[in-house]
Amino acid sequence: MAAVDVSVLLAACLLVLGPLAVVLQRQPWLSAVVYAVAALLCAGFALVGLVALAGPASGSALVLPIGLPWIGAHLRLDLLSSFFLVVLGLGGSITSLYAIGYGRHEHAPLRVLAFYPPFLGAMALVLLADDAYTFLLSWEVMSLLSWALVLTHHREEDTRTAGYVYLVMAGFGTMALLLAFGLLAGADGGYGFDAMRGAVRSPLIVAVVLGLMLLGAGSKAGLAPLHVWLPLAHPAAPSHVSALMSGVMTKVALYGFIRVVFDLLGPLEWWAAPVVIFLGAATAVLGILLAMMETDIKRALAYSTIENIGVIFAALGLALAFRANGLTAAAALAFSAALFHIFNHMAFKSLLFMGAGAVLNATGLRDLDRLGGLIHRMPVTAFLMLVGVLAISALPPLNGFASEWLLFQAVLMSPGIPQSGLQLMIPAAGGGLALAAALAAAAFVRIYGVGFLGRARSDAAGSAVEVDRFSLTAMGILAAICVLAGIFPGVVLDAMAPVVQAVIGGRLPVQANESLFTIVPIAEARSSYNGFLVFIFVAFCASAASWAVHRFASRQLRRAPAWDCGFPDASTMTQYSAGGMAQPLRRVLGSTLLAARERVEMPEPGDRRPARLVVRVADLVWQVIYLPISGLVGAVATRMDRLQFLTIRLYLSLVFGLLILLLIGLMLWQ
Amino acid sequence: MEGLAFDIAHLLAGGMLLVSFMMIYQDRLLALLKVFALQALVLSLSVAWQAYQQDAPHLYVTAAIALIFKAVIIPIALRRIVLQLGIQRQVETVVGIGLTMLAGIGLSALSIVLMLKVTAAADAFAREDLAFALSVVLLGLLMMVTRSNAVSQVVGFMSLENGMILAAAGAKGMPLVVEISVAFSVLVAFIVIGVFLFRLRERFDSVDITALEDVRGDQE
Repeated sequence: MAAVDVSVLLAACLLVLGPLAVVLQRQPWLSAVVYAVAALLCAGFALVGLVALAGPASGSALVLPIGLPWIGAHLRLDLLSSFFLVVLGLGGSITSLYAIGYGRHEHAPLRVLAFYPPFLGAMALVLLADDAYTFLLSWEVMSLLSWALVLTHHREEDTRTAGYVYLVMAGFGTMALLLAFGLLAGADGGYGFDAMRGAVRSPLIVAVVLGLMLLGAGSKAGLAPLHVWLPLAHPAAPSHVSALMSGVMTKVALYGFIRVVFDLLGPLEWWAAPVVIFLGAATAVLGILLAMMETDIKRALAYSTIENIGVIFAALGLALAFRANGLTAAAALAFSAALFHIFNHMAFKSLLFMGAGAVLNATGLRDLDRLGGLIHRMPVTAFLMLVGVLAISALPPLNGFASEWLLFQAVLMSPGIPQSGLQLMIPAAGGGLALAAALAAAAFVRIYGVGFLGRARSDAAGSAVEVDRFSLTAMGILAAICVLAGIFPGVVLDAMAPVVQAVIGGRLPVQANESLFTIVPIAEARSSYNGFLVFIFVAFCASAASWAVHRFASRQLRRAPAWDCGFPDASTMTQYSAGGMAQPLRRVLGSTLLAARERVEMPEPGDRRPARLVVRVADLVWQVIYLPISGLVGAVATRMDRLQFLTIRLYLSLVFGLLILLLIGLMLWQ
Repeated sequence: MEGLAFDIAHLLAGGMLLVSFMMIYQDRLLALLKVFALQALVLSLSVAWQAYQQDAPHLYVTAAIALIFKAVIIPIALRRIVLQLGIQRQVETVVGIGLTMLAGIGLSALSIVLMLKVTAAADAFAREDLAFALSVVLLGLLMMVTRSNAVSQVVGFMSLENGMILAAAGAKGMPLVVEISVAFSVLVAFIVIGVFLFRLRERFDSVDITALEDVRGDQE
């Protein structure tokens, strides 16, 4: 049995598992069993993917006699698919493990159970598809199932809004993809990916397809300015689904982009690169700024997803720029950075969403300004969250640092590019990415500091209890992945080297030749990074400092008024709030980019209301792009509304008039 | 197709168009039904001539269908409906007869110019036949648009179908299945609309389709 057969079988099992859950809905053990089976099936994906990564470059193919008549469904598991299948398998299985514990707290578990396993299966089919029809069908099924999952808590007004916005954006994205594949197939209608690879296209077609892919895959991944649905929809879903959507589904969207732009479209000219790099860098900065301003913990995480997608797109754009100029080694470096960051983001974003879910479970709260002090009540969750927060802030020796370091190494290769425009632009984009990385650290210090440190700001936070073992195990596995991929990045890079070789035509130096812990992007003389050394250094310094403090500090008992500056006796509101921590950056960067305005509302003398500081932050994309469009659509729809109430004869006259017009047009045109 | 055969086919197809114009001119329902029967008769003659010329016996069936259903049964049934409803005196044309005739002439000119241009490669008869057929179709549509009485709209619809059958018969090798299905669809449309007329009459005491709009509760 070839690898593709196994993975299709696993996907089919997942697709069937959902309806099966509906049939068995009365069983009390249902939730745990469904999630456990889903976890096993996804682990199967990861295994199959790992095996296929070591296999031949063309992978294994399969044609099923379903789908369009005479064409059937073409499926193939090649190296690129295998890598993403590993990401999907790991993310899916660990999330399902988490859900065994987390899912018990759902009020209506069936609303999730019916859609969750098929959602995983549909994502796998997107990765396996080898013709346009199968790809688009699986993509649309994936979109619709995730939409149904977003609407799990459909009684909340915000969730319904999120579902509506998501549905509109998903429909728009699929339409763009449909057009892109139509153009790729050309007039002859070669819908198999093989036929598309061989086709010859004019530069105009190539440019339009690239634009459509940025719209279609970009809207699903969360590329600005198409990101607006993401911070609404991802947090609205139950937390394990949020983890899956942010950690895995955005990666499936990236897979679609990579598959078309790097594989099917053939070699691109250099002008494609600056568009992708600019969009990526802008998305990264905008996303993390919005995350910095957000006080809802899950929403802040969703905004941070947008930032990471931007980082990955920038890396892909760099790879395009280098590849167009024949700089294969640099292109392989940028592409490896993108793939590595895709893997890493799956790990730490899933971990963080699970942590947020644990907090939500324990306290019922998502608002940072009402949390606090959770490190005392939920020590294990707090520690695992800390690992995730450090990883996403790209601090060594964790995995986020390794991939972002590779990305910046690729940025530093830009002087080799002959086009002066790109030479100017790439360092600027690199500056933007560095800004985003720094802001990410600030944003996550804020989330962790306000949420987990200090004292509880509400009774719910003060009486939180640690979550169940399944959830902790799942988070623990992800934290371990973050640490191990950070200390042994060479192993991960070697494992994904065949993928880079297949897509770019070159690869990084074999990392296993170096010492076990070192990664070398181009040559040892140029730069290298040893995560383990940093780990030892950090561990040693921290231990030494801790020992020194305990050894040399005075042990004598001292009595003093505890912190007279309003702490700790007065209200917990005297602690730094989430809004307060965001204020400096809001004032420096937010006033133009986010139209941030703050106003002090002073009560009149004699009025006993408290004074208030009102802060307003807006995503300008909404106001500049979406509101005018929706206003236009609304105005046109209001005008067209009258067409619903014409007489029958007038309808006939309209048809008649149009027919005559078309005939006259035909006459003149012939 | 040459000589006398071409002339006869041409005459019959042109006759269809002429009768279509006669239908537009009629402002009494019973006269309209008679003209419609005449059109169906000309159609059946035309199709029968095509059957004889093309040596295609299945076209005789089509001719028979046109003769029996459209020239006899449907006009008689519609005539009974009109008499039962007592609406033989009313024809509310929306646009004046003269203007409608002018529009009809324009439509014929359009379809002839268009068809002669588009089908430059086909043989002479097929081109003329298609031009006539398209004219008849457009005139049928014109009639549906310019009349507000349901019965005359039904007649306009069936006249439109006649034009289609004329085109189908003129094209060599058109399978019989299509013609039968078209004929039956007309019959079905007739039955449905006949029933609909009676119900309309029962409820609103009028077959004027503007009565339907009141039911929808729209603010016109």
